[in-house]
Amino acid sequence: MTDISMMLSFKLACSQTLSLWRAGALRVLVFALVLAVSAISAVGFFTERVESALSQQGALLLGGDLAVLADHDIPQPFVDYAQAQELAAVKTYEFPSMVVSGDNSQLVEIKAVGDQFPLRGDLTLGTSANDAGKIVKAAPEKGEAWIEPRLANLLGLRVGDQLAVGEHSLRVAAILLREPSRGGDMFSFAPRLMMNAEDLAATKLIQYGSRVKYQLLVAGEPRKVQLFHTQMQAKRVQGFQAQMQPKLARGERIEDLRNAHPEIKLALDKAEQFLGLSAMVSVILAMVAMLLSSMPYIRQSLDMFALMRCFGATQRTVLQLLAIQTFLIACISALLGVMLGYIAQLGLAQLAGSVFVEVLPTASLAPALRATAASLAMMIAVVLPHAWQMRKLTAMNILRRETPQAIAAQPLSAQAKFLPAALVMAGMILWQAQDIKIASATMLAILVLCAVVYAFAYALINLAKLLTSLPTQAATVSTIRLGIQGLKTRLALSTVQMIGFSMGLMVLVLLALIRGDLIRNWQASLPVDAPNRFVINIQPTQISGVQQFFTQQHIKDTTIFPMVKGRLVSKNGNAVKTTQWEGERARRLAEREFNLSWAATMQSDNSLVAGRWWSAAEHGKPYLSLEQDLAKTLGIKLGDQLTFDIAGNPLTLTVSSLRKVDWDTMRANFFAVTPPGVLDNFAASYISSFHLPVGADLPLNMLVRQFPNLTVIDVAALMQQVRSIMLKMSSTVEYVFVFSLITGVAVLYAAMLATRDERVAEATLMRVFGASRRQVSIAYLTEFACIGLIAALVAVVAANILGFYISVHVLDIPYQFNFGLAVSALLIATGAIPLAAWLGLRGFLNVPPRQLLNSI
Amino acid sequence: MPTGGDVKIRGKNFSHLDEDGRAAVRSDNMGFVFQSFQLLPALTALENVMLPLQLKNVANARQLSLDALQKVGLSERTRHYPKQLSGGEQQRVAIARAFATQPRILFADEPTGNLDHATGQMIIELLFRMNAEAGTTLVLVTHDIQLANRCHRRLKLENGVLEELV
Repeated sequence: MTDISMMLSFKLACSQTLSLWRAGALRVLVFALVLAVSAISAVGFFTERVESALSQQGALLLGGDLAVLADHDIPQPFVDYAQAQELAAVKTYEFPSMVVSGDNSQLVEIKAVGDQFPLRGDLTLGTSANDAGKIVKAAPEKGEAWIEPRLANLLGLRVGDQLAVGEHSLRVAAILLREPSRGGDMFSFAPRLMMNAEDLAATKLIQYGSRVKYQLLVAGEPRKVQLFHTQMQAKRVQGFQAQMQPKLARGERIEDLRNAHPEIKLALDKAEQFLGLSAMVSVILAMVAMLLSSMPYIRQSLDMFALMRCFGATQRTVLQLLAIQTFLIACISALLGVMLGYIAQLGLAQLAGSVFVEVLPTASLAPALRATAASLAMMIAVVLPHAWQMRKLTAMNILRRETPQAIAAQPLSAQAKFLPAALVMAGMILWQAQDIKIASATMLAILVLCAVVYAFAYALINLAKLLTSLPTQAATVSTIRLGIQGLKTRLALSTVQMIGFSMGLMVLVLLALIRGDLIRNWQASLPVDAPNRFVINIQPTQISGVQQFFTQQHIKDTTIFPMVKGRLVSKNGNAVKTTQWEGERARRLAEREFNLSWAATMQSDNSLVAGRWWSAAEHGKPYLSLEQDLAKTLGIKLGDQLTFDIAGNPLTLTVSSLRKVDWDTMRANFFAVTPPGVLDNFAASYISSFHLPVGADLPLNMLVRQFPNLTVIDVAALMQQVRSIMLKMSSTVEYVFVFSLITGVAVLYAAMLATRDERVAEATLMRVFGASRRQVSIAYLTEFACIGLIAALVAVVAANILGFYISVHVLDIPYQFNFGLAVSALLIATGAIPLAAWLGLRGFLNVPPRQLLNSI
Repeated sequence: MPTGGDVKIRGKNFSHLDEDGRAAVRSDNMGFVFQSFQLLPALTALENVMLPLQLKNVANARQLSLDALQKVGLSERTRHYPKQLSGGEQQRVAIARAFATQPRILFADEPTGNLDHATGQMIIELLFRMNAEAGTTLVLVTHDIQLANRCHRRLKLENGVLEELV
C-alpha cells in the first residue's frame, strides 16, 4: 500500500479525533489546553491594549515624540541637529513663580513655550471656566497669557484682565481648560499659566540659580502624515536620540514615549508582570493537567495506530495522521481559548483598565496568534515523545498481543518522555514571567516540589516495607498494607499523580490566602485616616500658632517636623561627582537637595535595620540616620562620613544607623535624620501632615488666611486615586486567579483520571482472587489517603512560602501564617482525594469480575 | 521474522521487505481476525469496520462496511461502541472488518479462544460461510482439533517443527 493522500489523511484524522472526543479520551486534555490559551490570550490582549493606549497618550503627554530636558538652557547643537534632520523642535521653560493681580498674589506653574508648541496633541481654550471650549493647536501670542480656571478663580481674573508676571505684564487671552501634557502629572500643585517664550526675558524671572525645567521638544514633521513619511520621521526621531544621547552633559537627559510618565509605566510593568505570573501559573497547571490527561489519549491513539499498521498503513501515514490530529486539537483548542480569552480580557479591562487610561483601544490579532502558537507548542510537547515511539510500532506487536504501552516503554526512558514538555514549559514560564530571575526561581520551585514529592513517596514505600515485616493477623491491617504497597508498584505514576495533586492544591490554598489575608492586609496598610494634607514652609516662630490651630480644629495625629536643606558634597573626604554613580536614579538622588531633619526618638513607621538610634546623651553629636534604600542606591555604609553643604556652610556627619521607612503610611518622613541639636545653627522650616476628609477645605482656608506664607499640599484626591487603584488591583488579582482556580481543579481531575484504567484492572484482579469489595475499597482508600496527605503537605508548605514571598516582596506587607487554613486544607485534601477516587472506582466494584475482565 | 527460511506471499519474499513494504503487502492481500478481537474502544462498530477501507482509500467505505455488518447480522448495532457489545458481537464486528477489504488471505488467530462454546460455534459457522462466499484463503490457527478437521489442509506446529496432517 502506498501513502494515502493528504485529503484522506485529513478526513481520517478528523473522524478519529471526533471518535476520541466522543469516547472521552480527549476531554480533559482539550479543556486544559483551552484554559491555558485563554489565560495567555486574556493577559496578552489586555496588556497590549493598555500598552498601545499608553504610547498613544505618551506622545500627547510629552507634547512631542521626544524631549531633551536640562537644568540649564538647551545647548544649540541639539536645536541645530534637529533642524538639520528636518525635525520640528520647540523649546519650553517650566518653573514656579508668584504672579500678582491687584492686591492678590498666587504661586503658579509657569510654562513658557515657543511658537510651534504643541508639536503633538492640542489644547482646549475657553473664555470662562464653564465654557465648553474650542480645541486649538497653538501657543499664546507675545504679551498674552493663558491661565487655568483654578488660577482665574483664585485671583478673580477674567479674559482681558492684566496680571503681573515678574517685571512684565501679560493680558489674559484665554482660559486654559485642558493641557494634555499636564495630564499624567500627579504632583502638580500650583495652577498653570502658559505664556510665550519671547516674553520671558522681559519678566526677568530667570536668574542664576532659578529652578527652571528647560525642555526641547522634538517631533517628526506633522504635515507629512503619509505612512512613508511617518516611518521615515520616526527613524529620524530615533536617529536623533541615538546621535545626541552620548553628547548629553551633566543635568541633561532625553525622555521618549517609554519613559515619559514613569509612574504609569511602572504601574503597568508591575501589572504586566503580575498578570504574566498569574497566566504562568495557569499555564504550568494546564500543562500538568495535559500531561496527566494525555495518558489515556495516547494509549488509545497508540492502539489505533498499531492496528492501522496491521491493516497496512505505512509509518508515514501513521505519523501524518498523528500530526494532523495534533494540529487539529491545538487549533480548535486555540480558537476556543482565544475566544474565551477575549471575553475574559473585557472583564479585565473593565476592572483594571481605568487604572491606566480611560479608554482602551481595540486589541490586535497578535496576542491571538501568539496564544495559538503556544497552544501548538504545548500540544506538540505532549505528543512528540509518543510520535518518536510510534516509529518502532510494528504489526508484530499486535499479532504477538503485546500491549502498545509495553513497546512504547522500551525506546524512551520515562525522563526523556517528559523532556519536550519540560522544555516547552520552561519556555512558557520565561515568556510569561518576562524576567529571567522570576522564571528561574519558578522552575527551581517546580523541581524542588517534584523532588520533595518523590522523597515523600520513597519514604512511604520504606514505611510499607517496615509494615510488611511486622507480623500481624488482622485482616484490615494487611489490607491497608496492600494499599501502601500499591504506591510502590506504581511509584512513577503515583509520583506524577501526587505532583499533579500538590500543584492543584497549592494554587487553591494560595488563592484562599491571597483572597483573604493578603488583600485584607494590603488594604489595611493604607489606613482610612492616613494623612492626606501636608503643610510646608512653617517658620520657627509660627510653630506654636500652627499647633494651637490644629488643637482648635480637633485635628489629631499631627507632628511638626523640622527641615533643613543641604546638598551632599563629599563622602569620606572625597568630593562627590555626579558621574560616579551608575544609574539615573542614584545620580538624581545625589544631585538634589536633601531635606535633613532631626528627632530625639524614631518615628513609629520607621524601623532600624543597622546601627543604633542615639541616646539622650548623644544629642548634639554629628550622627546621621539614613533611609536604607537611599543608602544602598548611593553606596553609603554604616560609619561613612558625609559632608553636606547647608547654605554655603559644610557639615560633616557620621552615618550611625540605617532605617527602613514605611512610606505607605503617607506621613512626613525623611531620608536623613540627625540627633537634636546638630542643625540648630542652620535656618530650618517646618513641615506637618494631617488627615482631613476629602472636600473639608474650610480649616485649610482658615489656616492659610492666618499664616499666608504656608503652602498646603492637598493629596486627598491622589490618595483616593491610590485607594481606588488598590481596590481595582485587588479585584484583578481575584479575577485572574479564577483561571488558576479552574486549572487547579482540572489538574486534580486529570490526576484522578490518569491511573483509573490501571486501577480498575487491578481491582478486578483483586476481586477475581477473592478480595471482598470492602477489602478493595480499604486498599484504595489507604493508597489515595497517602497520596492526598503527601500532596496536601507539600501544597500547604509551598503555598505558604509563595504567600510569604508575595506578601513581603510584592505587596510589601508583613506576613501572617494562617494556621486554621493550613490545617483545614490538610484535612480536606487527605479526606476528599481518597473519597473522590473511591467514588470514581465504586461503580466498577459492583460489576461482576467476569464482565470486567471482558471489558479490559 | 522466521529464524530460518523465507516467507513468500504470492511470490513476493516477505523477509526482504522493510516494515512499510510488509505493510503494503498486508494492505493489498491480507485480513486478520484476532483472538482478542482488537477493536478500537474509541470507535463505533461501523467506524471499526471502516478503518482498513479508509486506509485503502476505498470510495464507498461506509456502504461496504454497512454491508459487511449486515452480513454478520449487526445492522442494528452499527453505532455501538465495543464496550456495549458482547464478546460474540465484538468478534462478528472483527469478522466484518476482515472481510470488508476483500483480502486474498485471511489470518484468523484462535478466533474462538475468548468465546464460550455456543458463541464460538456460531462465529466459526459465520467465518466459514463468509469465506466460501468471498472465495478467500482462510489460514486458521487453533488448538481445537474438531475445528481444524473442517479445513481443507491441516498443518501441525510442534516444538518448532511444521508437519502436514493427512
